[in-house]
Amino acid sequence: MPASFELTEEERLIQQTAHDFANDRIVPIAAENDRRGTFPKEILKEMADLGFMSMLIPEDYGGVGLGNFSLVLVLEEINRGCASTGVTMSVHNSLASSPIIRYGSDEIKKKFLPKMATGELLGAYALSEAGSGSDAASLQCRATKDGDFYVLNGTKSWITTGAEADVFVVMVRTNPKERSKGISSFVVESDTPGFSIGKKENKLGLRASSTVQLVFEDARVPARQILGKEGEGFKIAMETLDGGRIGIAAQAVGIAKASLDASVGYANEREQFGKKIGSFQAIQWKLADMATSIDAARLLMYRAARLRDAGKPHTQEAAMAKLFASEMSNRAAREAVQIHGGAGYLKDFPVERYYRDARITEIYEGTSEIHRIVISRNLTKN
Amino acid sequence: MKIGVMVKNVPDTESKIKLSADRKSIEMQGVKFVMNTYDEFAVEEALQLKEKLGADTTVTVFSLGPERLVETLRTALAMGADAAVHLTDPAFEGGDSIANAKVLAKAAEAEGFDLILGGKQGIDFDSAQTLSAVAEFLGMGQAQVVTDIEVGGDNTSLKVRRRIEGGDEIVDVTLPAIISCEKGLNEPRYASLPGIMKAKKKEIKKLGLSELGLSADEVGAAGSGTQVVGYSPLKERPPVKMLEGGPAEQAKELVRLLREEAKVL
Ligand SMILES: Cc1cc2nc3c(=O)[nH]c(=O)nc-3n(C[C@H](O)[C@H](O)[C@H](O)COP(=O)(O)OP(=O)(O)OC[C@H]3O[C@@H](n4cnc5c(N)ncnc54)[C@H](O)[C@@H]3O)c2cc1C
Repeated sequence: MPASFELTEEERLIQQTAHDFANDRIVPIAAENDRRGTFPKEILKEMADLGFMSMLIPEDYGGVGLGNFSLVLVLEEINRGCASTGVTMSVHNSLASSPIIRYGSDEIKKKFLPKMATGELLGAYALSEAGSGSDAASLQCRATKDGDFYVLNGTKSWITTGAEADVFVVMVRTNPKERSKGISSFVVESDTPGFSIGKKENKLGLRASSTVQLVFEDARVPARQILGKEGEGFKIAMETLDGGRIGIAAQAVGIAKASLDASVGYANEREQFGKKIGSFQAIQWKLADMATSIDAARLLMYRAARLRDAGKPHTQEAAMAKLFASEMSNRAAREAVQIHGGAGYLKDFPVERYYRDARITEIYEGTSEIHRIVISRNLTKN
Repeated sequence: MKIGVMVKNVPDTESKIKLSADRKSIEMQGVKFVMNTYDEFAVEEALQLKEKLGADTTVTVFSLGPERLVETLRTALAMGADAAVHLTDPAFEGGDSIANAKVLAKAAEAEGFDLILGGKQGIDFDSAQTLSAVAEFLGMGQAQVVTDIEVGGDNTSLKVRRRIEGGDEIVDVTLPAIISCEKGLNEPRYASLPGIMKAKKKEIKKLGLSELGLSADEVGAAGSGTQVVGYSPLKERPPVKMLEGGPAEQAKELVRLLREEAKVL
């Protein structure tokens, strides 16, 4: 096991900045953005100015290059304020900038990373299709080579930030005879002719984050914008998700922490039977369980992030962190509503939003079922 | 211009404050310390002055206190301060505002600041004495509770706006001087991630009793004229009582309660 779970002074300062920023700038507008479905564009600009949008991008390409551990510290805080803003940041860093950093040519890195670092370009990640979610390797979007270009056709579904993003990491099939080995990854710009945004989804939660279809109709993408080599796209997509999942664990922990904070506040105020409800053991035990499971999830997340930063294997640890944190988060948000009673069911209190937002963490970047398959496969092989 | 900024760290307002068993001190374990809110305005103002006045202006933060102070000094460096001085010595422990001001004044004298900024008060013990005392020890002019600072043309004076009861007072201050900062002066910046990374490489200078040329009996508990003998928490507010019945009945009951229970009528 590399470095401990104790935060360095630098990491504590990073966490403090994110904490203060979330409290001052995100918490006050989160409910309104959720209600109106407003994408938090100005906030993202401020976040980029602080370095939050370039946390994995090396300094040579204009980023702060701090790594995944610092990234999850910030993501937890941002998600504590607003999960929609949190997923936008997570996707930009972990799913869009990361594969470009790891698999892009120097030319591609120079073209995209400095502008992604300043937030001028916003990133997204397109793997899922209507017919291929958990079974991502069965994807059908096609790319055929034509001189110095690949011509893309097909439709991607459920793409986070799809309506606003400028740069997409897109997985497409370049060889129909192969399954996972027939897939390649490309960096596609939103102004590519033949590329358009399809249906915008109406969702239970994450209402200030867009989830859209992407439509490719003979979209011509320069061949040099491939990540890795032809046929490596699925491997790249999965390796990228190892990092992304740690970010979703951070999202889940952030939502759970917000649920706990709101619950403690309410338990200290609400009175029934002439007493604060926080004096009832039934409520105290809920709070104790929430606090304990949040810490457990956070430690799993820290471990996975430290391993990824150390360049050590972490697929299993990332899956465990994501699985545990997401299920924990849903329990915490559920209990938060319960502690608030009828008030918790109203939009007047934030726990109603936490409850809706927590739900997605068990679904995207691999469902809980898929993570249990991944984890158990590693246990039973040999 | 050489600007010094006095910063202290105080328990985060989100922390739960507990008294020690003997009620003579605050339980420090588990309490998170952050930069005093009003000091953030002081650091920000110093940085804005540096941006305005140009490269030969320097910002040095300085403070007296235990090891945990380092993080607050580092935060100021991450916000953009150039240097930090940490005044630390076992002899400094247990000092009251005046004893601490003696140490801070010595350090400020050695640094030769043209302008010293600080928060109008610490949000922990609310004494609001240290800055004034430092000004007295140094024989400098001072303006308290300032919400606007303008530098005079030749950098030798300031025009400041002070919050007073019912309005503002505008004061000319000759440098060197000490200014205490009030909310409204500016919007403190966050320590950005690049700023935090840069701050790692900046040195925090440590100075103790001997470096400052002080003797143990004039500082810390030994040099203090006051001593805290105890803390007592506020009485907890009794639960809210809702009155029942029609308006007339409620009014009658309210008057009865105000007379018999609250004894205010
Ligand atoms: C808000 C939102 C944002 C999203 N953002 C993105 C994005 O940015 N980019 C992107 O590429 N995708 C994105 N997705 C897609 C998401 O990753 C998929 O929805 C997810 O992977 C599940 O796929 P599916 O919806 O096709 O479900 P299915 O795969 O059809 O699964 C349905 C159910 O069957 C279970 N199941 C499937 N296979 C098995 C099996 N072998 N064993 C046991 N159970 C199984 C699943 O766990 C699930 O419970 C997003 C989705 C949402 C809702």
